[in-house]
Amino acid sequence: MIEVPEMIAESGGTTLDLCYQCGTCSGTCPWNLVRDFRVRDILTRAQLGLEGYEGEDLWMCATCNACVDRCPQGVEIVDLVRTIRMLIAETGAAPKTLRAVLGSVQSNGNPWSGDAEARMGWAQGQPVRLFDGTPEYAFFTCCTQAYDPRNAKVIRATAKVLDAGGVSYGFVGGGEWCCGDAVRKTGAETGFGRLAAHNIGVLNDLGVRRLLVPSPHCLNTFKKEYPDLGGKWEVTHVVELLRDLVRGGRLALKNAVPAKAVYHDPCYLGRNNGVYDAPRDVLHAVPGLELMEFARTREEAVCCGGGGGRLWMEAPVEERFAVLKLREAVAMGADTVVTACPYCISMFEDAKTALGLDQVRVADVVEIVAEALQAH
Amino acid sequence: MEPRIGVFVCHCGTNIAGVVDVRRVAEAAAAWPDVVYATEYKFMCSDPGQGMVKDAIVKHNLTRVVVAACSPRMHEPTFRKACAMAGLNPYLFEMANIREHCSWVHEDKEAATLKAIDIVRTSVAKARLLEPLQARVVSVTPKVLVVGGGVAGIQAALDIANAGTKVVLVERSQSIGGHMAQLDKTFPTLDCSACILTPKMVQVAQHPNIDLMTWSEVESVEGFVGNFKVKIRRKARYVDEATCTSCGVCLEKCPKKVPSEFDEGMMTRKSIFRSFPQAVPGKPVIDKESCTYFKNGKCKICEIFCEPKAIRWDDEDRVVEESVGAIIVATGMGLIDPHGLGQWGYGRFPNVLTGLEFERLNNATGPTGGRITCKDGSTPKSVAILHCVGSRDRNHKEYCSRVCCMYALKFAHLIKEKTHATVYNFYIDMRCFGKGYEEFYNRLLHEGVKFIRGKAAYVTNQALTDEETGHLVVSAESTTLGQVLRVPVDMVILASAVAPQKDAEAVARLFGMGRSPDGFFMEKHPKLEPFSTATDGVYLAGSCQSPKDIPDTVAHGAAAASTAMSLISRGTVEVEAAVAEVLTDSCSGCKICQDVCPYGALSFHADTRVAEINGSVCKGCGTCVATCPSGAIVGRHFNDRQILAQIDAAFLW
Repeated sequence: MIEVPEMIAESGGTTLDLCYQCGTCSGTCPWNLVRDFRVRDILTRAQLGLEGYEGEDLWMCATCNACVDRCPQGVEIVDLVRTIRMLIAETGAAPKTLRAVLGSVQSNGNPWSGDAEARMGWAQGQPVRLFDGTPEYAFFTCCTQAYDPRNAKVIRATAKVLDAGGVSYGFVGGGEWCCGDAVRKTGAETGFGRLAAHNIGVLNDLGVRRLLVPSPHCLNTFKKEYPDLGGKWEVTHVVELLRDLVRGGRLALKNAVPAKAVYHDPCYLGRNNGVYDAPRDVLHAVPGLELMEFARTREEAVCCGGGGGRLWMEAPVEERFAVLKLREAVAMGADTVVTACPYCISMFEDAKTALGLDQVRVADVVEIVAEALQAH
Repeated sequence: MEPRIGVFVCHCGTNIAGVVDVRRVAEAAAAWPDVVYATEYKFMCSDPGQGMVKDAIVKHNLTRVVVAACSPRMHEPTFRKACAMAGLNPYLFEMANIREHCSWVHEDKEAATLKAIDIVRTSVAKARLLEPLQARVVSVTPKVLVVGGGVAGIQAALDIANAGTKVVLVERSQSIGGHMAQLDKTFPTLDCSACILTPKMVQVAQHPNIDLMTWSEVESVEGFVGNFKVKIRRKARYVDEATCTSCGVCLEKCPKKVPSEFDEGMMTRKSIFRSFPQAVPGKPVIDKESCTYFKNGKCKICEIFCEPKAIRWDDEDRVVEESVGAIIVATGMGLIDPHGLGQWGYGRFPNVLTGLEFERLNNATGPTGGRITCKDGSTPKSVAILHCVGSRDRNHKEYCSRVCCMYALKFAHLIKEKTHATVYNFYIDMRCFGKGYEEFYNRLLHEGVKFIRGKAAYVTNQALTDEETGHLVVSAESTTLGQVLRVPVDMVILASAVAPQKDAEAVARLFGMGRSPDGFFMEKHPKLEPFSTATDGVYLAGSCQSPKDIPDTVAHGAAAASTAMSLISRGTVEVEAAVAEVLTDSCSGCKICQDVCPYGALSFHADTRVAEINGSVCKGCGTCVATCPSGAIVGRHFNDRQILAQIDAAFLW
């Protein structure tokens, strides 16, 4: 029998020792907007080497990083949660829904049970340029955009916008597997290692230097986790590139997109990577669009609830963060929620369906830009 | 004559002896050439320890002494004195540091012992070549500069003045009084801040030994302990102090309003102003930056109404020079910028206040005349006080601000007393360490103030329930209950962190002081000399050294004053003899030494065409010695022969 508590205490490293039980993590955690969830309990148990991680609480964390940002002692809480999940998962106690997702990742290289060969199916047969080493950017397709029909629209819009902006890029083209962010966050460390090794091999073989990614989760993983494993490229999120294109006058945003839009900060783009202004700058450049802000925004933004494997787990409608946020958006008079992350798109579309709010539009920044482009 | 060296190895209790085998070190030393006596003892710095050195000098006719113990910064003066008392020139003493450089930083006992032996051997090698030096004695100017007119500076100035010594008290703003003047009540006694402070302010103004310069700043400092030359910029007041009668008519008539610094921007003052009605001096100044006349050449309303004709439009800044023997820096503390504390709602919600803003709100001379009200004029029914906002937080200030727990209790009491509101204190630890403080905490518990053990995570106006609607909501975990609470309140007070003054870096440079990692000025010794700095003759008073409450600030001010006075009363000071010396025959007059000297101790003599060193200003750092391309500067007590002998002893034996 492995000594789980001791391993957890060790894995938390020195930052765990610093926790002085102030409860900032619990007080910050968005779960407490809808139900009780005490992050501090996890830390206390880990510090004292106590048992008691079983049960659903451990799998609730959406890894939004709000607690880590605010922790006065700099405890790496999300890393700790990930490690505990890893140790518990080894005992076979991971939730059922996650097991199916991890199984698909293992056999298909994506969490959506999609055929690996069908990864470029989103293009619907339209010709796309594949990366052959010459373009400036290699575009890494996110699984959720490749296989989820709603998000496939976003990637089609992205291709249109990049072409209009004269960007030199090519798609990796189907050989890529899931970046492994959610896989790792659910504790499947071995699975993550396999994905990372595969992707690093594919991208390095292609001679990639600059990587363009549509998902903040890919961004974070490539930027912060792959370098240690041998994957070192300059990584840019699509919305950062869009801002440069708009600033450089390379996109003619002439068509009005009449909308009262509120921008939702994806946790992995904002809090985790500090990209707050780029999407807002782009939206401000769209004629006819009025940009509003949630009450808690930027560093304070509340998560959509889709990170850390939560995208594949169920929560009652009244306990979904995206539902709360959608209601807030409607209450402030917004008719559009704009974001820049496939997970956020899915969570908000689900919330919209659950609330029957047909009049509200959920859109990616790229889709708005595509509409604003002058017709050629 | 061959030198006769005595070696004394200190145990420092277990500090050294716990790691280093001190007996082996002494035995090894005894076998070296010229060492005629070697021994070890528990505490060499103690009276018996010093006695051993003195006795051995006489008994064994020692001509050199090496003590292997702690850092020379700690006890070199102690042992130099012991040598002198036994008739040995103090510069024939050498210290070997086997504590900070050895026992404190190693765990392997055998290796540490061998290293200690190496260190002592190098010191013995240098000791052989030491030369007697004579310390110079210089006179001390019997006058003290106090910089900063808060309660620390006031206390220091009064103590020195009452001892019969002249003081120049320089204050940047219009009035002395500092932060204490902004407060209403003081913890834990709840006595009125103004009632205990303003009489001291008046004493300062009336004291024949104090030259009070407000609206003034120190511009430059030259010289050395006992003999500083200070330039002070006295900013133009545009009001003749001798003529002004402090009648206050100009303050009423001036049409230009600007936010009052004293009232934390919650009230306005005029362009001609005094910081507050009880200001000392009471005579106003014109703030040129905002004055309408200085902006567009029209107005002069103050002049029209000034009966004694005290307005002087042609007034100019004056730079005055003062000679002083000692300097006390009492420049106080600042506060963290609350706009960086987004999650607690400052700047977004009007009823989120900093502690100092609440002080003004609650003050009889403040914006509401002391009524505690929300921005809309209503009386709050519930108030949350958030502890540790920016303190004890790696994202902001890592240290404890030390005053917040107690002023939070004071606020809670005053709010209860005046409004009967429900008061919540969100705290991590209650730190009630001073005299009467824990008793005050108990009193507040009796008064029914609610204490929630958990740091407030954020403040929002987004209601989740009807009960929360229209209120500010504080989210925090009660860590004792193990439950996340959302507490609706009408007002939130942030116990925001104390911080070093914004210009602390420039002030530190001006007076030749260091700063500790927290940004406050660095004391010479954290326990034994918290009021001295590394620069002789420059002392610290109050919260510029670390966050302090009023009792500690006053005590620190008095301590700095007494230390300065012991220098002034002595009348003379010995100046270190281990300084640099120019060999004029070798100097080519290239002046490189002048550029590298961090203390301005080197000058170029126009007639002789060679460099000159002011031995009183030189700190013996050796930069010029190493830089001089002609080898024309010698570091006394650290000359090339001595240092090469040390290096040889370390590697060639």
